[in-house]
Amino acid sequence: MLELQAITAGYDRKAPVVRDVTLSVAPGESVGLLGPSGCGKSTLARVAALLHRPDAGTLLLDGDPVRRWRHRAPCAQRTAIGVVFQQPRLSADPRLRLTDLIAEPLRATGRRDEVRERVAELAPSVGLTPDLLDRRPHEVSDGQLQRACLARALLLRPRWLICDEMTAMLDASTTAALVAAVEEYRSATGAGLLAVGHDQVLLGRWCDRTVSWEKLTSTEAGE
Amino acid sequence: MTAPVLSVRGLSVRFLMPSGRRIAAVTDAHFDVAAGECLALVGESGCGKSVLASALLGLLPANAQAAGGAYLGDVDLLAADERTLARTVRGRLIGLIPQSPAAHLTPVRTVRSQLEETVVALTGTRGRAAVRQAAEAAAERAAFPAGHLDHHPHELSGGLAQRAATALALIGNAPLLLADEPTTGLDRDLVHHTVDELRRQVDVGRRALLVITHDLAAAERIADRMAVMYAGRIVEISDATAFFGLPGPRHPYSRGLLGALPERDFIPIPGMPPELGDLPDGCAFAPRCERATPTCTTLPAAAAGLVCHHPHVTEDLRA
Ligand code: SF4
Repeated sequence: MLELQAITAGYDRKAPVVRDVTLSVAPGESVGLLGPSGCGKSTLARVAALLHRPDAGTLLLDGDPVRRWRHRAPCAQRTAIGVVFQQPRLSADPRLRLTDLIAEPLRATGRRDEVRERVAELAPSVGLTPDLLDRRPHEVSDGQLQRACLARALLLRPRWLICDEMTAMLDASTTAALVAAVEEYRSATGAGLLAVGHDQVLLGRWCDRTVSWEKLTSTEAGE
Repeated sequence: MTAPVLSVRGLSVRFLMPSGRRIAAVTDAHFDVAAGECLALVGESGCGKSVLASALLGLLPANAQAAGGAYLGDVDLLAADERTLARTVRGRLIGLIPQSPAAHLTPVRTVRSQLEETVVALTGTRGRAAVRQAAEAAAERAAFPAGHLDHHPHELSGGLAQRAATALALIGNAPLLLADEPTTGLDRDLVHHTVDELRRQVDVGRRALLVITHDLAAAERIADRMAVMYAGRIVEISDATAFFGLPGPRHPYSRGLLGALPERDFIPIPGMPPELGDLPDGCAFAPRCERATPTCTTLPAAAAGLVCHHPHVTEDLRA
């Protein structure tokens, strides 16, 4: 289970954008979190991805509480989670060729020998052709770069995937292709998914269930 | 039919790269937009639609070469010099509704002061009270609430920032409005809002509206006609009702794009678009097209708003 319990988080302690939110994802389950932009759902996604320490509340990852965040999080917990954001250009080092971008997580964990094999295996699954792998981010389109970012998120075979507005900037066909790549990975590995977005039609079609941010926050506050 | 406000004739744009490569960003685009009409130009990122918009506004980078014509009244937008573009085209003949309104607004000044400045720059209005009144009227036209006029852009929600940018675009009373990805990153409700307000400018103001977008749902809501761009070419132009309803798109690429929507089949078109610097000789969609035949290695001629050797449902259309 990926369990967010009574999470309060934000960038200003006096006005947290996430207040006392509880949400869980079962193994293999896909949950869509639907909300307007700026509502705080991305902050919650960052908490779930171990990228933002909450002010209060608990995150349980397969039963174990998360005590450290970002680079201080233990390797086993960090690698259990793959994350893809809305804007690939903000999360891709412009100097890296796509191969190296995809392989980044393996370098950090020192399993260098695996790199080639794993990238070669992943690239076609996200629809990237070999010639694209040699390019740098400015030489590819947003859609192609986002495919590389998805491959990077899948590299360490995470048990949990967090996709925060992964397709908001993309056209219909690239959106469908990326969602299909995520679903293929999930059916092969049984990974769970938290997909955060604002498009009800998309999340409804993609996920087992969708929860609206409004409902998530009002039931908590109403008690 | 009334004379078109904008006539684009054989517009092509080439980028010359330092490596000596030539990128065919836009090839031989032909279309018209009439007063009281909205044309949506759709396609995936990198298909050339934003370059086409830049060409109309005279905002192409220095290494770009444009050919063909784009006529707005008696101005040829491609031949006009920067002075003409700055003084008579941008703002006066073309009102631009930008992709990210927050970036388009000046952060340190209130919405009111930006509206007033534009009123002074683009209309003959003089005198404090008159300028103030004209700015308030502009805000109202874009449904921007008067109570927020003295706010700075960062104090506005995404929706209000979009309305502020729209209000600015409307001040010059330009006959053509050009909206470049006006709904990117907006929530569905806000998309509807933004799109409906733009539509109102078309219906009430009898303006011509060219919307450039990758959002087919937004296009369906606003457009009278659809132009679909693939690998730098407009491959299909058709009536929006026929496109989204029956008989549906006729070009295989348009069909695939529409079918990829989550409210339809949610099936991606296989493969990826070709490089604009390395286009095949024939139809650029051929490697991804299930209807491709050996004929498709030759370039299809444009006929009835369609560039395809084997379009869908032509027989139904003739019937
Ligand atoms: S010309 Fe041929 S390859 Fe191109 S879209 Fe039409 S059928 Fe497909």
